[in-house]
Amino acid sequence: MKTWLLNLSLCLFFMGIAHAETVFVSLEKDNALAIVDPIKGVLLKTIIVGQRPRGITISPDYKHLYVATSDDDTIKIIDIKTLKEVGRLPSGEDPETFALSPKGDRLYVSNEDDSMVTVIDIASKKVLKTIKVGVEPEGIAVSPDNKWVVSASETTNMVHWINTQTLEIVENTLVDPRPRALHFSADSKQLWVTSEMAGTLMVLDVATKKIIKNIALTIQGVSRDKILPVGVVVDKKGDYAYVAMGSANRVAVVNAKTFTVEKFLLVGQRVWNLAFSPDQQRLYTTNGTSHDMSIIDLKNHKVTKSVGVGRYPWGVVVKP
Amino acid sequence: MIILHFWRVMWGIINRELLRFLNQKERFISALVRPLIWLFVFAAGFRAALGLAITPPYETYILYEVYITPGLVGMIQLFNGMQSSLSMVYDREMGSMRILMVCPLPRWFLLICKLIAGTVVSILQVYVFLAIAWFYEIQPPEIGYVYLFPALILSGLMLGALGLLLSSFIKQLENFAGVMNFVIFPMFFMSSALYPLWKMKESSLLLYNLALYNPFSQAVELIRFALYGQFNQYAFLVTLGAFIVFMLVAIWGYNPSKGMMVKKGGK
Repeated sequence: MKTWLLNLSLCLFFMGIAHAETVFVSLEKDNALAIVDPIKGVLLKTIIVGQRPRGITISPDYKHLYVATSDDDTIKIIDIKTLKEVGRLPSGEDPETFALSPKGDRLYVSNEDDSMVTVIDIASKKVLKTIKVGVEPEGIAVSPDNKWVVSASETTNMVHWINTQTLEIVENTLVDPRPRALHFSADSKQLWVTSEMAGTLMVLDVATKKIIKNIALTIQGVSRDKILPVGVVVDKKGDYAYVAMGSANRVAVVNAKTFTVEKFLLVGQRVWNLAFSPDQQRLYTTNGTSHDMSIIDLKNHKVTKSVGVGRYPWGVVVKP
Repeated sequence: MIILHFWRVMWGIINRELLRFLNQKERFISALVRPLIWLFVFAAGFRAALGLAITPPYETYILYEVYITPGLVGMIQLFNGMQSSLSMVYDREMGSMRILMVCPLPRWFLLICKLIAGTVVSILQVYVFLAIAWFYEIQPPEIGYVYLFPALILSGLMLGALGLLLSSFIKQLENFAGVMNFVIFPMFFMSSALYPLWKMKESSLLLYNLALYNPFSQAVELIRFALYGQFNQYAFLVTLGAFIVFMLVAIWGYNPSKGMMVKKGGK
């Protein structure tokens, strides 16, 4: 009997561990980070982090968070255990979005006002290089094979392919107006790009750097001006891509094999950014003007819960 | 022996009601078409127009079709309750109910049998409606369909009792149109079936209060919570209370020596 009970409690303990994960959401208006337990669907706590936090990412060892506090003109390094600031990175003015290299040694930051990409060495906290790109760079992504950094310029309507070895622009691809977010497929063969103005999702072939598919994101009954795709993510298996549709308050579920939109899931207002759970069973969205995040069950493609997090949630990352 | 008599009568009435429902294919189809039109046409038109804040039992944002479904389930039971009372008036006029009324069992028991029969039919209609709605992406949690069953029994009994009560007051079949105008429509529209009560409060506090105390609203809320695996105690108590009151008045109304039957010449 005792052994049976012990086994059961161990089982429950490990089940709990397997599901334990923490979601961090940057709150643009509250100058804070919201910490959420997505399994229970509750806000655990909120910590003040700095002026206007937006871009957020997590180190590959899950020990640090990098948060762009735009109005402080810096990127803060937060220790995940203590939730205290342990350092700052020289980001340049008004940092918003950035991407971490797969090894976690470099940070590539978009400097919208200066039309530059700043490359920062994390260990030395020094700027390695600034690269001139198009006007208003915003979306930025590093390929999982660490060969490419791609920056999207909102006004130039281009994506710039930067070689990570030489830190030089190798090629530019003209895309639909106001490209916003970028995401590489897990095999680094495709780059998915959203266009806010055209309301499209483009798939680029990394080898040729050409658009191979342009998917129109139209929702029946929703006016065109509300369809403003922003964040995009593709699952590891390459089965589905998910697009945050901005003011259309929906997440588009796109079949990544057939390049067709399968459905739209209703979430909160002005859905902005997306993040997978570590097991890719769930997707978390930040809903800017309804001040909450939505939790999507990816097995059934259903929104299970929306959790109030604070004012203007912007970026989201998950720690297993 | 007595119990056997009671059972035989109860089964007779339920069986008759079920047979009548299943044989009248038009009735079966029309009972389904009404809520489906509301779902596919009316709700589709309002899909983008109505923004809904998250209110229990919902845990996230929902489309209008999802919101309206429990209301349409309530509508099925409301119409069925009224249909059942219509058939009481008809049966009374054509004689089959008269034969039942003179059987040597208490009249209240006959009325309850009639009520249960009507509720069984309405529950059948509801589950067929929900099965169709499932293909229209209205997919509450599986457990909700189980929790819904007891909720449907209570709401069906309450709305059926209301129908019985009304039928005791109606002298002729022709008067039934009045029931439509003065009971069904106000009850349905002045409830949480089509819009959340807080939205109604924005436009009129009086309407909000009327809707809040409308027993149909509470039946709909009981159904809504049950469909999402939750129990709404307030809605349960109001629905139960309304059922008891309607049933007692209906039994009184059908009493041949005291109730409305006297005024109608014992019919």
